[in-house]
Amino acid sequence: MLNILWPAFITLSVIYAIIFGKVEELNEGIFNSLSNAVEFSITFLGTICLWTGMMKIAQNTSIIRKLNRLLRPFINFLFPDLKNNEIAKQEISMNMIANILGLGNAATPLGIKAMKTMQNENRKKDTLTNSMMMFIVINTASIQLIPTNVIAIRTSLNSQNPTAIIIPVWIATIFAGVIGIIFTKILIKKVK
Amino acid sequence: MANIINYISNTTIPIIIVLIILYGIRDKVRVFDTFLDGAKEGIEIVFKMFPTLLGIFLAIGVLRASGLIDAIVNLITPITNLLEIPSNILPIAILRPISGSASMAVAVDIMQKYGVDTLTGFITSTIMGSTETTFYTIAIYTSAVGIKKTRGILFAALAADIAGMIASTIICRILS
Repeated sequence: MLNILWPAFITLSVIYAIIFGKVEELNEGIFNSLSNAVEFSITFLGTICLWTGMMKIAQNTSIIRKLNRLLRPFINFLFPDLKNNEIAKQEISMNMIANILGLGNAATPLGIKAMKTMQNENRKKDTLTNSMMMFIVINTASIQLIPTNVIAIRTSLNSQNPTAIIIPVWIATIFAGVIGIIFTKILIKKVK
Repeated sequence: MANIINYISNTTIPIIIVLIILYGIRDKVRVFDTFLDGAKEGIEIVFKMFPTLLGIFLAIGVLRASGLIDAIVNLITPITNLLEIPSNILPIAILRPISGSASMAVAVDIMQKYGVDTLTGFITSTIMGSTETTFYTIAIYTSAVGIKKTRGILFAALAADIAGMIASTIICRILS
């Protein structure tokens, strides 16, 4: 996708600039954007490392166990087909916790493990099971307790109030999640 | 009142930090070593992200400087007005499900241009925080177990994304 859009944007911009006599601005624009990328990355490096460091501490505390217990009823509701598959439920729970703590790097391998466990009980190996569908949709909705990436970006850009977005993010995520779950439940019934 | 709200929001980050550290100490975590381990992962994130960031910044830079972006925005404004979404966040809405780092680069660009603490900056942040890279997520989980038939899961995931984006816009409008 970006392999088409990226060259198209650049080529069209250059042609447009030549036609409308904006070559000088274009030149400046190119080099400004490069130094801008470097500058932003440097400030962002500081703020993001703070959060990945903090979340690593959180990951090593008993908060994991508590979240696990808290998530149980939701998992039982969302994955009725996994009633007797304790391993799959445990792996799904760990994946969700990693997502909640904003540990994207840890979440994906855990998620793949859960997918493999669910695949073992799948009778049609080339088709998603109901539980797999629900699991993927939950993963595409970003459930995060503290949206550390965005807070780090906002801090780097000198926001007066970097954390002001936490509650709006929660509300939007829950809304998106509910819509995703409803659509998935419909698909599970209609598409076999 | 404004002072109190300001005070609360200014103390949020320090309080989260202290809570995590105290929790770590209580659970006998070697907090400093663990912090360093985590911070290293942060370096990796920025390292992996930088090439995309540079590429996208370059593309946006020339789009802006040439004036082409204004022409495009003028074209799509009637549509976005209909959806009640500010036209300057449309690039995020389109890119978000496709590429994580590209949409992040665009988000940074939008917030630099229109301000972090403006309505546009707020909506952009909220969308970034509340949605995921849908296409990538679906691709990685289905290909990991060799599944081809996805039973239309993409539609459910995209419906969730769109719902999240509309919700973000509405919430930010109400709050600001």
